[in-house]
Amino acid sequence: MRYASANTNEQATNMSNRISVSDFHAYPDAHGRFADYGGIFMPETLMPPLEELTAAYLAMREDPAFIAEFERDLKHYVGRPSPIYHAERLSRRIGGAQILLKREDLNHTGAHKINNTIGQALVARRMGKRRIIAETGAGQHGVATATVCARFGLDCIVYMGAVDIERQKINVYRMKLLGAKVVPVVSGSKTLKDALNEAMRDWVTNVADTFYIIGTVAGPHPYPMMVRDFNAVVGREARAQMLEEYGRLPDVLTACVGGGSNAIGLFHAFLNDREVAMVGAEAAGEGIASGRHAASLSAGRRGVLHGNRTYVICDDNGQITETHSISAGLDYPGVGPEHALLKDSGRARYVGITDDEALAAFHELARTEGILAALESSHAVAQAMKLARELPKDQLILCNLSGRGDKDVHTIAAREGIEL
Amino acid sequence: MSQRIEQRFADLAQAGRKGLIPFISAGDPLPEATVAIMHALVAAGADLIELGVPYSDPVADGPTIQHSSERAIARGVGIAQILAWVSEFRLTDSTTPVVLMGYLNPIEIYGHARFADDASAAGVDGVLIVDVPVEEAETVTLLREKGVREIFLVAPTTTDRRLAAIRARAEGFIYYVSFAGITGASQLDPVAVRARVEHIKQGGSIPVAVGFGVRDAASAVQVAESADAVVIGSALVAKLAEANDRGAALAAAHAFLAPIRAALDQAVRR
Repeated sequence: MRYASANTNEQATNMSNRISVSDFHAYPDAHGRFADYGGIFMPETLMPPLEELTAAYLAMREDPAFIAEFERDLKHYVGRPSPIYHAERLSRRIGGAQILLKREDLNHTGAHKINNTIGQALVARRMGKRRIIAETGAGQHGVATATVCARFGLDCIVYMGAVDIERQKINVYRMKLLGAKVVPVVSGSKTLKDALNEAMRDWVTNVADTFYIIGTVAGPHPYPMMVRDFNAVVGREARAQMLEEYGRLPDVLTACVGGGSNAIGLFHAFLNDREVAMVGAEAAGEGIASGRHAASLSAGRRGVLHGNRTYVICDDNGQITETHSISAGLDYPGVGPEHALLKDSGRARYVGITDDEALAAFHELARTEGILAALESSHAVAQAMKLARELPKDQLILCNLSGRGDKDVHTIAAREGIEL
Repeated sequence: MSQRIEQRFADLAQAGRKGLIPFISAGDPLPEATVAIMHALVAAGADLIELGVPYSDPVADGPTIQHSSERAIARGVGIAQILAWVSEFRLTDSTTPVVLMGYLNPIEIYGHARFADDASAAGVDGVLIVDVPVEEAETVTLLREKGVREIFLVAPTTTDRRLAAIRARAEGFIYYVSFAGITGASQLDPVAVRARVEHIKQGGSIPVAVGFGVRDAASAVQVAESADAVVIGSALVAKLAEANDRGAALAAAHAFLAPIRAALDQAVRR
């Protein structure tokens, strides 16, 4: 592995709970576990529907007709494959390794989220469930869910924290235009985790006819597996594109990590390519030391949240604490259990990117390449820029540009004191 | 090793009475009143006390218990404090079973081994962890080893295959969730509850308590027709929340529970 020097410190601190893995594609096991992580920590009422979903999905993922239906929609509705774009001006300006962008921002609805919502809507339809619920933070998953519900003629209810509704007004209106009902959540911190709680409460109440489309690789089994499978198209596609266009695999992958769906989507196909390094960029908010961040893997501890064992941000009494990030989509106090495994095994490392670093990367990419990245994805761009500075010019960094930034222009303007 | 739960249900069965199980959130409305409220509930006729361990993200709870938990959390109530209250309760009450009810993360952070030791030492008789289904019960197996009973939920959605697995593992009593929903909702269907409770009881001798949606004497009596015990949570928590001081909280606890006790006993005698 050529890329090895920069992560010695993190690896040393992880040695205590180091897990040795021979085949990363063997997870999860039949109980939904990624080694020590994952599982099904849910109230009894929801266990039978989760069993039903697991059985149905395991059959569908082997069913050629289902796979063909999914791939047809990815091609003709989402617009896949998304290109890999060599950010030459940005790379030249930094003067180090080459930054390549996997353009998930070019998908229909403007983010990777649609890969998963198409997949889950197809599962819901095949299971005969016509009422769809979802939670959303930045609104990207809500928009992607509202979109596929319109496309498949399903009822759509989206739970969204009142704080997030305020900072993502455009996406709220987009959901309404698509025929979804957006329900403000005013409990707890009024952000993504509370939207998830409220969606679970809806599900437990309407379990007979309702399908819950979870937007990230968290939640109880089978969601971390199912959401990963649907987003893994990103990495499969990227791996083939790299071999075809560059004649080799990239040296490093980087992606932002909130719940972690776009990151696992990019990483998964490369997990057994041990020569490819992986770095997840978590939201360090105002800095890890400030306590105002959402970096579960970098600064959290082992716990259980929303149905799975993973790294969580909580206090000494086990109460989940409020997180902070300029990007609503990363503002989550847990993280998908597969990332917890990747961290503990040393296969991937996770670092914090502050609000300021993400904003700087947003502007840099806009000015040098003419691309407005989502604030979430700007964390990955910031990390790619850091890596590029450290690595030689012949190395290739593949960065997942998971979403476009149109939804964030108001947030950015407000931050810079500009009234639109 | 305590047999308080088994003893209590045996005594109830022998007396031909139905069990009354109030739920309160530990530390709400006033942390300094929790132990006194527990004693007041026993004086008003409680057979077993469910003490809620507050959690920031209670996905199975409605607004009443959510807000109650938030108030307790804001006052810094955690497991160490709650176990100290149980110890204090045990100084003057060695017979009323106490079951802690909550979610896994606070226990996970407290430490499973430490929790099993400390809960047992404090005089906790059982633990019901809402987000630990029978599949994940191994995670709290240390409790069982320390003699603390693992209480499991059964829901209207529970299949017979799952019911068999739960019965094989359950201790103390089974808590039947009367409807698919969150605590405090009003969807109680006594006929459906009766059918399910009778079905659960067919398979074994473990007592069945019914909760969710029981809010007053009338609904308690309806549920007790088939159940061995009734659990009342949100309606009591809401009453206690109105109390501004310790005296008012104790009076509210008694005023709420005593008529339900009387109605349950009268219904049995009829």
